[in-house]
Amino acid sequence: MIKNILKRILIAIPVLIGVVLIIFIMLRIVPGDPVTTMMGEHVNQAVIDKVSREMGLDQPLYVQFFKYVGNALKGDFGTSYRLNRNVTKIILEAFPNTVKLSVCAAVIAWLIGITAGIVAAINQNRILDRLFMGGALAGVSMPVFMIALVLQYLFAFKLKWFPVSGYDSLIYMVLPAIALGWNSAGSIARMTRSNLVEVMQDDYIRTARAKGLMESGVIIGHALKNAMLPVVTMMALQISSMLSGAVLTESVFGIPGIGRLAVNAIENRDMPLLQGTVIFTTILVIIGNMIADMLYSVLDPRIREGA
Amino acid sequence: MNTEYTRKEVLSDESQIGEQETWMDQVKKLIRQNKLAAFSAVLIVVIILMAVFAPLVAPYDPYAQVLKDRLLAPGKAHWLGTDELGRDMLSRIIYGARISLTIGLVPTLISMVIGTVLGLIAGYYGGKIDFTIMRFADVMLAFPSLLLAMVVMYTMGGGLVNIFIALSLVNWAGTARIVRAQTLSLKEAEYVEAARSIGVKSWTILMRHILPNCLPSLIVLFTLNIPSAILSESSLSFLGVGAQPPSASWGLAVVRGKKYLFTEPWLSIAPSVAIMIVVMAFNFLGDGLRDVLDPYLKEQ
Repeated sequence: MIKNILKRILIAIPVLIGVVLIIFIMLRIVPGDPVTTMMGEHVNQAVIDKVSREMGLDQPLYVQFFKYVGNALKGDFGTSYRLNRNVTKIILEAFPNTVKLSVCAAVIAWLIGITAGIVAAINQNRILDRLFMGGALAGVSMPVFMIALVLQYLFAFKLKWFPVSGYDSLIYMVLPAIALGWNSAGSIARMTRSNLVEVMQDDYIRTARAKGLMESGVIIGHALKNAMLPVVTMMALQISSMLSGAVLTESVFGIPGIGRLAVNAIENRDMPLLQGTVIFTTILVIIGNMIADMLYSVLDPRIREGA
Repeated sequence: MNTEYTRKEVLSDESQIGEQETWMDQVKKLIRQNKLAAFSAVLIVVIILMAVFAPLVAPYDPYAQVLKDRLLAPGKAHWLGTDELGRDMLSRIIYGARISLTIGLVPTLISMVIGTVLGLIAGYYGGKIDFTIMRFADVMLAFPSLLLAMVVMYTMGGGLVNIFIALSLVNWAGTARIVRAQTLSLKEAEYVEAARSIGVKSWTILMRHILPNCLPSLIVLFTLNIPSAILSESSLSFLGVGAQPPSASWGLAVVRGKKYLFTEPWLSIAPSVAIMIVVMAFNFLGDGLRDVLDPYLKEQ
């Protein structure tokens, strides 16, 4: 098991280096001088040169890269051009908001998705199944910002049940969390249904029925346990799409999270902040993928023994 | 009588020979079995026709600003109302279909060609080539796709052509992974070994024997990648890093309408619904195609 974890960490290291390299190169080939962009066109060339030297931008690209990686390993992602503050600090301030939003969204997605998936599987090929699965595919097809805007209009503006936007307490999180969790709920529902339908045809389910268990006991006690394996790993894999969705949700509801930070960084042409935000979120995704792999082997004895 | 007998005989022979269904048979099966997918296919054709013949279908010029008619509610003259510059929303949505469909089709096609070629090479040649390509794919798949596309747009600036490039660069890795996996199993097939043993060149084997067998998966993947490209474009435009004004992009229309959400909600809801309908149609079709065409992807 420990060997397995170590192996996965070792595989993740080159991926991580690749991620930093790609982002680093992409942000360096931006047309125009970053210091001029930061300070405006009318600044004296001598001042621009001085600032460039101070920021190490006059050095060759590979030197800049290794310096950046070295600092990043120590947890230092550089200094924001616009805010003139440490990027790591800015990210760590915004991070808890994104985590809160994503956790709430995940809980909503699981509740809706798993329930809908089970109901659809029990009623396989009946009207309820078609209705729920059609709804799930519709859920997957809705743009995150559409759900966000519709929720904002209906429940915040018309019915006044929730605040329109902002970020003070948990009540502010309800609408953004539904908006963000909606798509995932659709995917989880579809996956739960298809796995449950498959598992329900297994021999041990027939045995469970034969020994006189009630149908609910068969599903909850036996089928669900195995059907949920891939669903659990999918949840960890959804960290990536959640973070993409968070960019949009945070934008609509004005939540000061990491997604909002990335959008602001682009608006302000703040390269170090954008670089730090993207690398930080990608590290989260890589960790999420590793957890998904490990969860699968922890939960599935066949893989655990094979590993 | 005799003729009929012969025809029956031929038919039964054909059914024996052709135990493997042709694509056309499978498509017919799809239409019979999955009405929703068939309806979606028709809807997609209608939307494509609407986009192609937009100048004939749209009631107004989508770029014409009539300031005295600004922010009109949906009514007889303007079915979906007008925006803050007095432009007819219905006409803009019809023209916007051109952008969304082009964005859905072109970058998806480019990214799938890149992914297919790299997947074929990785799977067939194996070894270091496989390792290098697949680690590169791992890196691309590690990024949250929207954020990576945002970085590409930051580097190159807004605009539709740059969205083409951004989405083509971002989305190839998933295809590469699937094509590689299929190539790995197909290259062990007897007919590939036979071709290799009589000295057929690798490239010919890949193109003539392996690629055609990957096509069903690729068709399904193509259908399912189109809606995600459309969603990506609208998200990028919504965030202000995609299409730029005065483009009729649906994502851009949503973000412009967002300012008037509480007073003129149709301005942002109408283009959102348009995005949803197109995305949903492609998803339903892709889902249906997967059921009949591709047992491999279904297992994924």
